[in-house]
Amino acid sequence: MSEEKLIFEKSAPGRRAATFPALDVPAFAGDAWLPKDARRMAPLGLPEVSEQDLVRHYTRLSQRNIGIDTQIYPLGSCTMKYNPKVNEDLSGRDGFRNIHPLQPDDTVQGALQVLWEMEHWLSEISGMPAICLQPSAGAQGELTALLVCKAYHDSRGRRPRKVLVPDSSHGTNPASAAYCGYTVETVKSRADGTVDLEDLKPRITEDVACLMMTNPNTVGIFEKDIKLIAGWLHAVDAQLYYDGANLNAICGVARPGDMGCDMMHFNVHKTFSTPHGGGGPGAGPIGVKEHLRPFLPVPRVRRKSDGSFSLDAHEAHSIGRVRHFTGNFGILLRGLIYLRSFGGDGLSEIAKRAVLNANYLLALLKDRFYAPYGDRCMHEFVLSVSPQKKQKDVGATDFAKRLADYGYHAPTIYFPLIVPEALMLEPVETEAKETLDELAAILRKIDAEDPALLHAAPVNTPVGRLDEVGAARNPVLRWKPVL
Amino acid sequence: MPSPSDRLFTKTHEWIKIEGATASVGLTEFAVHAIKDIVFIELPRVGRALEAGKPFGVVESVKAVFDLNAPLAGTVAAVNGGVEADFTPLASDPYGAGWLLRLTHVTGDQSALMDGAAYDRFCAQEHH
Amino acid sequence: MTVSAPRNTTREAFGMPFEHPYLPQTPSDIGAMLNVIGVGEIADLFQTIPADLRLKGTLDLPDHLTEMELKEEFQALGALNDSTGRLDSYLGAGAYEHYSPSAVRHLLGRSEFYTSYTPYQPEMTQGVLQALFEYQSCICALTGMDVSNASLYEGGHALAEACLMARAKTGRNRMVLSAGVHPESLQVLRTYTRNLDTEIIVAPLGADGRTDLGAVRALLDSGTAAFVMANPNFFGTIEDAGPFAEAVHAAGALFIMAVEPVSLALLKSPGESGADIACGEGQSLGIPLSYGGPYLGFLAAKMELVRQIPGRICGQTRDSRGQRAFVLTLQTREQHIRREKANSNICTNQTLLALAATIYLGAVGPQGLKEVAGQGAAKAHYLADALTKIGGVKLSTTAPWFNEFTLDLGVDAVGVLKTMQSKGILAGLPLSRYFPGRDREILVAVTEVKKKAKLDRFVAELREALECRKKN
Repeated sequence: MSEEKLIFEKSAPGRRAATFPALDVPAFAGDAWLPKDARRMAPLGLPEVSEQDLVRHYTRLSQRNIGIDTQIYPLGSCTMKYNPKVNEDLSGRDGFRNIHPLQPDDTVQGALQVLWEMEHWLSEISGMPAICLQPSAGAQGELTALLVCKAYHDSRGRRPRKVLVPDSSHGTNPASAAYCGYTVETVKSRADGTVDLEDLKPRITEDVACLMMTNPNTVGIFEKDIKLIAGWLHAVDAQLYYDGANLNAICGVARPGDMGCDMMHFNVHKTFSTPHGGGGPGAGPIGVKEHLRPFLPVPRVRRKSDGSFSLDAHEAHSIGRVRHFTGNFGILLRGLIYLRSFGGDGLSEIAKRAVLNANYLLALLKDRFYAPYGDRCMHEFVLSVSPQKKQKDVGATDFAKRLADYGYHAPTIYFPLIVPEALMLEPVETEAKETLDELAAILRKIDAEDPALLHAAPVNTPVGRLDEVGAARNPVLRWKPVL
Repeated sequence: MPSPSDRLFTKTHEWIKIEGATASVGLTEFAVHAIKDIVFIELPRVGRALEAGKPFGVVESVKAVFDLNAPLAGTVAAVNGGVEADFTPLASDPYGAGWLLRLTHVTGDQSALMDGAAYDRFCAQEHH
Repeated sequence: MTVSAPRNTTREAFGMPFEHPYLPQTPSDIGAMLNVIGVGEIADLFQTIPADLRLKGTLDLPDHLTEMELKEEFQALGALNDSTGRLDSYLGAGAYEHYSPSAVRHLLGRSEFYTSYTPYQPEMTQGVLQALFEYQSCICALTGMDVSNASLYEGGHALAEACLMARAKTGRNRMVLSAGVHPESLQVLRTYTRNLDTEIIVAPLGADGRTDLGAVRALLDSGTAAFVMANPNFFGTIEDAGPFAEAVHAAGALFIMAVEPVSLALLKSPGESGADIACGEGQSLGIPLSYGGPYLGFLAAKMELVRQIPGRICGQTRDSRGQRAFVLTLQTREQHIRREKANSNICTNQTLLALAATIYLGAVGPQGLKEVAGQGAAKAHYLADALTKIGGVKLSTTAPWFNEFTLDLGVDAVGVLKTMQSKGILAGLPLSRYFPGRDREILVAVTEVKKKAKLDRFVAELREALECRKKN
């Protein structure tokens, strides 16, 4: 049995893991300060544990988990690169950790300089003159940029209603467009994975607000016609949006701003090494061209003539704000420290090594696995195990689960949707050659194994395959005390 | 098993059985088989007016969502509430106990729909 | 301190200018890999990028720093900030200075947690999944609701998503919000609904500082999707939610409460108040101030709204061996499956902060949370009592309040705050920051960390600052 009790199940009345000094001001005389009908009556329902039990419980839970620090995560489109420890140390220091977001500007000059410098770095990397660091994640960055786009068209008295999205796009693209009040139209991909220009061109009408593209796209191929596409869009005053999820392939080598893109988001938790935290936090700053700058969220970071920094909430045409305060500062700070460890002189090495690693891993696998988009890729590539599914009834899920038995986290499976039984691999630049050799060897080994082993997998993990159908049909979404 | 000959089929795998002024609507065996494990069904309220070809509800598996589309226009007269709670009849008897809706005031172009044999040919093609 | 100027860098060569600890490939590795791939140099792999798109020339960026140099650089930057260790801060307004037990930081430093990805492969990630299940359980317990998601970005985002949930559930477009809702949350909601044909109405507060029930009743109609109230509200006042729930439900709308999690130890919960959705900012639960983020948005609701809930949800199930296990469930609500029909576009959330909050709640437990809440309230009232004894200084509201209060200084607040700052005290937030015209008032928050001596010093310094003002 490998169950771990819930913290509630380890609770015993009267235990504490944190105590506080006695109250040093007079206690309330009666209840007048908090009238009876404003008081909580229900029990709090929180666990009561000692500090040892608390620490042991979550330490043991961590041991039932994995991270980049324990193994490679070849997840396509996630850019699971090493999370530097110096970033954790520096961002955890008192001067960054213990500052309130509403402090007067003159008491947080260091924080404002961090934001200013990060804006500068992102601007240089992207070729976008105007940066907003506020969005909390890539999806929120997409939404923010689309809101800016809408405000721009409104200011010109135009009301295009459509956003075009490739059929290979990440789900957040159409979801963000819908949140912005746009209707979404899907553009086909060619057999080589790139946007089908013949399908795209007739769709670009004056009713199109924006085309959202990822470059390289989600199958790892560079969209070389992007400038041509930008020209078509600009002819009808439509905007070109760049989804920055795959920026790792071109960072320091090419810039979205030079490709004709009008706006983009960055995934700081992908390209710029900040830890994924089990699903978050991240940060999704956006960059835009000058004509869109007036509409960016407030507040903006300003630098005064004396060199000092301030936050300015007054921007007549701003779309407003998408969150409280200025953004996920702790994450942006980590991203800046990472960038400064590479410098302008080392920046392009990231993309070069990422693309090298991906092409190497592809070369190790392509004789055995079907690679629908050929021998070359950028920083990630897609394989399809559709042949294996047909021959031996082993699909992408089975490969993923069997990899777990060998201690590997699976690549991205079933994405992008245009590739059946997809395995998308991104062996980031922080992985050594030996790690890639081992991963390739294991994938080849699994491919040769008895299908029964794959169907039964995983057997070496704390739990086996889960009843996801039961979980959805009869949702149990919280612990309840047994009465 | 060949699809029943007493009803018509859509390209999106719904069936409609017209009996005078009313009709029953459901999902085909092919669809139910393809979805595998159903986890959720959402059906419209009685009284709702449906448009031919437009979605009136959803069927979900763990990893996917499928729109249920009206084969013809009509008004929802009855809904198989039992199936919303327990999917077994839908999986085991999609043409009988697994019915989803009863419609009245059914209108629209029936020639756009397929009979059982044409639907079977359509499925055979789609499968490849 | 200025942004360093770039030194000379060469960009033409594709050779590595220096060794880097995060790049393991040696020249020998690179040679072997290029050989296997079948190209002569790395540049060959970038040929698909048209020449006119490849970067030429240098970027205006400083050269790299080694770890020792990074430490020096960023320690200096950090030193330019006056932390709560250096300044005695009474700032609140949605972010609060609480004591976070050491265990929280240590456990969060387990790299199997923080370097982990979203638990889409649940067999290897039961640690994060179980922690999220515990988090959801804690949020449900605190708020008195049936189901919680696994986090949203922060409090403002949570409020916006709660309103959009109500819009989706009711099919109506009108939102009524109390003027006591955090002004930044209201801004977020306005931005989020800019293009969604939504009407936003703000209901005024009464003279005592609580939301005016009569005014809200008059604003509720058959087109209202939701009424939103904060408790405590932005100005610190404790609201009486019950009568509002009745009125809102009679109009067929949803009742949304934005709440402060520590206060829930003592204040009536949203569940007890008849709310349909509870949302708020979870930063108070062991999460550092960190200049505004990363924080923690929480959202919980009645079970009948589960299919409208945005974001990830963790559920309990069994594995193939019959063991209890946890898995992300009800994913068909989310963007990766539903795309443009998803409940929300959210993907990355704030999982690690949800973990922090769960560990904090386990550390303090029910008794500890009551103490944190009770001590903050007692110290705040002690301070307010003393301050209002200063001539010309009074509370702006008369209704009961929790641990944050609005003080009318009788004179222009900004100048007084500057004087206090020169004495090492950030005495509060000037209301004029959000409410033009309210120039004499400040918002003051007090938590369990404030020793009596500090509070007494605050009183003495404010008295002196105001007396100086009178003389001048």
